[in-house]
Amino acid sequence: MRHSGYKIWLLTLSLAVATFGAIVYATGMGHIAVPAVEIVRVIAARITANPALLAGMDPVFPFVVFDVRLPRILTATLVGGGLAMSGVIYQGILLNPLADPYTLGVSSGAAFGAALALLANLSMMGHFSVPLFAFVGAALTLLVVLYLSSFNGQISANTLILSGVIVGAILAAGISFLKYLADEQVSVIIFWLMGSFASRTWLDVGVVAGAVLCGLVLSLYYARDLNILSLGSRSADTLGVESTRVRWILLLGASLVTAVCVSVSGIIGFIGLIVPHLMRFLVGPDNQKLLPVSILAGALLLLVADTVTRAVLPVEVPIGVLTALIGGPFFCVIFRRRQRRAR
Amino acid sequence: MTTASGFALTGVSFAYGDTPALADLDISLAPGKFYGIVGPNGCGKTTFLDLLTGGKSPDQGSVTFMDRPVAEYRRRDLARMVALVPQDFAIDFAFTVQEVVLMGRHPHIGRFASPAAEDWHQVGTAMEVIGISHFKDRFVNELSGGEKQRVVVARALAQQTPYLLFDEATSSLDVQYTMQIFNVARRLVQEEGRTVIAVIHNLNLAAAYCDELIFMHKGHVAASGPTDAVLDPALIKQVFGVESRVAFDAFSNTQQISFRYWS
Repeated sequence: MRHSGYKIWLLTLSLAVATFGAIVYATGMGHIAVPAVEIVRVIAARITANPALLAGMDPVFPFVVFDVRLPRILTATLVGGGLAMSGVIYQGILLNPLADPYTLGVSSGAAFGAALALLANLSMMGHFSVPLFAFVGAALTLLVVLYLSSFNGQISANTLILSGVIVGAILAAGISFLKYLADEQVSVIIFWLMGSFASRTWLDVGVVAGAVLCGLVLSLYYARDLNILSLGSRSADTLGVESTRVRWILLLGASLVTAVCVSVSGIIGFIGLIVPHLMRFLVGPDNQKLLPVSILAGALLLLVADTVTRAVLPVEVPIGVLTALIGGPFFCVIFRRRQRRAR
Repeated sequence: MTTASGFALTGVSFAYGDTPALADLDISLAPGKFYGIVGPNGCGKTTFLDLLTGGKSPDQGSVTFMDRPVAEYRRRDLARMVALVPQDFAIDFAFTVQEVVLMGRHPHIGRFASPAAEDWHQVGTAMEVIGISHFKDRFVNELSGGEKQRVVVARALAQQTPYLLFDEATSSLDVQYTMQIFNVARRLVQEEGRTVIAVIHNLNLAAAYCDELIFMHKGHVAASGPTDAVLDPALIKQVFGVESRVAFDAFSNTQQISFRYWS
C-alpha cells in the first residue's frame, strides 16, 4: 500500500492540482452559479487592476466571487492545510499517532477566549474581538500547558499530553459555566464552537496564510529532525539532533498555527487527526514527504467539506459538526482495519 | 589525570532529585580500547553513559571529551564522534529498517542535502555486517525485540564514529547474535583502533571481550583496570554479593567466571 519515490511526487502533484481545481470549481458553486471563465476574468481584473476585463459581465459576479466566496474558500483551504500540518508535528513530537492539534488544549483555550468575548458582547475591535480573544485564549493555554509539563527546560511527551488533558478539562468546565451565564446568548457561543467559515474576509486569509507559511518553512526545515525525534530523545540527542530545542520550536510553531486557525474558524475536529494518519499510510512516516502531502490533503478535504455545507446541503451545517460526523466514523473504520491487520 | 584524548571524568556527581546516582567519580577512558562497565542493576551505569554523550550534565565535577567539556560540543559534532546503542528502543511509526539505519547518517548529511553515495554505502555495509540486509524493507515497529536491537546496532555502525557506547545492547539477543555483535565491536577496536564502551551484564562476556573493566557499585567505581588484573572473586562478592571462581578457561581462551548456583 505504501508508495515510494516518484509515486509520492505524483501524489503530491495531483493533490496540488486537485486543490487548485477545487478552489476554482468551488468558487463557481453556490446560490448564484458563476462559470469558471468569469471567475478567471474577475481575478485577472483584480490582479491587473483593469476593470475593462469585467465588461459585459453580470455586475454581481465580481462581488460574489471576490468579496464573498474567495475569502471564505481560501480561509477554509488554508485552515485545512494548517490543521493537518499541526497534526503531523504534534504526532511526531508527542510520539503518538493519535495526537491532534487540539491535544494540548489549544482548542479549549480558544473556545474559552471566544466564549468570554461573545458573552461580554465585546465589540471594541469590531469583527476582530472574537478571533483576537480566541487567539489569546489559545496562546495562554499553551503557555500554561508548557509551563506545567516542562522541568529544567526538558519536556516529555507523556507529561505534555497529561497537562493538555488537565488544562483542557478545566477550561471545558469554564466554558460550561460561561454558557450557563450566557442564558439567552448561549446559542451564539455554541455556534462559534461548532466552527464556521461564513463571512470571512481577506484579512482572515492573510493572517492564516502568513501563519501557515511560517509553520511550513519551520516544519520543513526541521522535518528530518522530527523523524529522528520519533526514536525518543535519548537516541535523537546522540544522532546529532538538539532535541529539546527542536521540540520547543516545533511545538510553539504548530500551536500558534493551530491558534490562528481556531481563532478564524472555530473548532474543526478530525482534520488534524485523520489526514496525517491517512497520508502516513500512503507515503510512510518520513516527515519530509508526509508534511507537503498532508497539508495539501487537509486543504482539499476542508475545502470540499465547507463547499458541501455551503453550496450542496439544503441548510448550512456547522463545518466542525460536519467534519466530526463524517471524519469520526471514517476514522473508526480505518482504525479498526489497521488493528485487525496488526494481529 | 586527563589523558591526551578520550573521556575524562573528574569529581563527577549526579543525582536524580534527592537520590544520588553517581558520587565523586574519577575515571578516564583512553581511545583504542574495549571497556566493559559492569555492576548490579541501578548502580548508575546508564547514567554514566548519559554523562559521556552529554544527555545528562553532572551536578558537580567535569566530563571532558578530547580535552573539551562535553557540554561545549554541538550535538551534531559530538554525534560524528560518539554513537550510542541505547538499551530500549520503542517506536510507533512505521519507518523501514533501512530508514532507521539511515538515521545514523544524520550528523553527516547537510540540512537540505539528500543522502550521498557514501551515506548509502555506509548504511548498506552496516546492515550487511550485522546481517539484517534481508529485512531492510520491513517496518521497525513490527520487528521482534532482538531484531530491533540489531537494527539499532547497525544504525550506530552507520554513524561511523570513533567511539561506540553500548548500553546493554545485546540483552534481547540469543548467544549467536550476541557473539556476532561483540565480534564486530572487537574487530573495530582491534583493526580500526576505535573505542568501545559497553555496559554488560554477562560477566563472562565482559571477561572475554573487554580490555579493561570498570566495576560500578552504588554510584562509585569499586575497581577498574585491565580485565585479567581486576577480575577477582572477592570483588565480585563485594559488588554482586555472589560466590564465584575466576579461572582461565582453555576452550574459550580467556578468564571465565563460574558461579556457585543453588544446591
